[in-house]
Amino acid sequence: MARRIAQELKIINGADIPVGTLDVTLYRDDLGRVGLQPVVRKTDIPFPINERRVVLVDDVLYTGRTIRAALDSLIDLGRPRLIQLAVLVDRGHRELPIRADYVGKNVPTSRQEQVQVLLTEEDGVDGVLIVKG
Amino acid sequence: MGLARKDLLRMQDLTADEIRLILDTAESMKQVAGRDIKKVPALRGKTLINLFYEASTRTRTSFEIAGKWLSADVINVSTSSSSVAKGESLKDTGLTLQAMHPDIVVLRHPASGAAEFLAKQLAASVINAGDGAHEHPSQALLDLFTIREKKGRLEGLKAAIVGDIAHSRVARSSIHGMRKVGMEVRVAGPRTMLPCFIDRLGVEVFTDLERAIADVDIIMMLRLQLERQQAGLFPSLREYSRLFGLTLPRLKGAKSDVLIMHPGPINRGVEIAPEVADGPYSLILNQVENGVAVRMALLYLLAGAPQAG
Repeated sequence: MARRIAQELKIINGADIPVGTLDVTLYRDDLGRVGLQPVVRKTDIPFPINERRVVLVDDVLYTGRTIRAALDSLIDLGRPRLIQLAVLVDRGHRELPIRADYVGKNVPTSRQEQVQVLLTEEDGVDGVLIVKG
Repeated sequence: MGLARKDLLRMQDLTADEIRLILDTAESMKQVAGRDIKKVPALRGKTLINLFYEASTRTRTSFEIAGKWLSADVINVSTSSSSVAKGESLKDTGLTLQAMHPDIVVLRHPASGAAEFLAKQLAASVINAGDGAHEHPSQALLDLFTIREKKGRLEGLKAAIVGDIAHSRVARSSIHGMRKVGMEVRVAGPRTMLPCFIDRLGVEVFTDLERAIADVDIIMMLRLQLERQQAGLFPSLREYSRLFGLTLPRLKGAKSDVLIMHPGPINRGVEIAPEVADGPYSLILNQVENGVAVRMALLYLLAGAPQAG
């Protein structure tokens, strides 16, 4: 999603905005609590983030715990001038004082539901699904 | 995905999928080692005890760094300065440590089976860091990681393990690990150092170094364990070195891209010539470097298993 936003920005104002990936698994607060341990993937941020404006991009904003982990992880990599958050779907049910700076759509949901975001690049189709749990 | 086990005791127990999970996780961990801030909070609040009944530089340091980079609290207990010197048994030492609620205990012990014994006594996860002549699983895993990193794959590769196979826990763990991921394994050494029935582990047996290394992808030299050599398994160091030492002229008969490994510490000029140990194909220091990443992966995967702690 971040890559797609970067492409759109390039079309709009020609700016080349570097895109990286953050894996927050090692910063999570639920080690040993969740049934299935997530696989640790790689963080790949091939540019310095010191003194830059960094926009975190996530598909769904829910409890806010992933973003909390992402903030800690990012700050270990450098000192950005500013960190903002952009999400496609804000589904509510926050457990931490975190809010997004840019929201695609606010979607009221119940905790029993799951929100899945599909992207053409990975799933072959664009779409947002609300799945009954 | 996690490891569905409390302890890591033997390579013999691990499945190929578990080995792959550990190596994949270690790749991500290696990245942390390349950062300016070499620390992630994954194991914050967890306690790791290194309990070493034998001398060790790289294994103990490596577990200690791995624990610290994951933010665990690491305590080193060496037997010479602990109650073990007063005659406390392994069981009692284990129960004493258990009362302090560690999450992981890393044990090195001269007796085969010591880690399994301790694992049964403790609620904490136990990692075997070498038990007698039995197994040393984290070493085998870091060797597999290093091979995969250099060759891009494991399956179908051919390795020769050379030296005192009978006394070597590294050899035993490596044989199990390499066989599970689809490698071919040869062992070579003087007959007195090749255990009976070693071929039942699925390895080819050689008593001639040159023939053993002729067409392999990896040569793993074992340390001649001078402290265990009172039994007269070979006539003299010089003769051992002449027949089984890896020298430059001897290496000419091997593949041009052969990789040379050694679990360390090396006896320069005995099992390996200095110009080979320091040469371009030597992975000895890569092994040490990767040891930290692999042990981070082990600590993380064991601590994160839902039943642990």
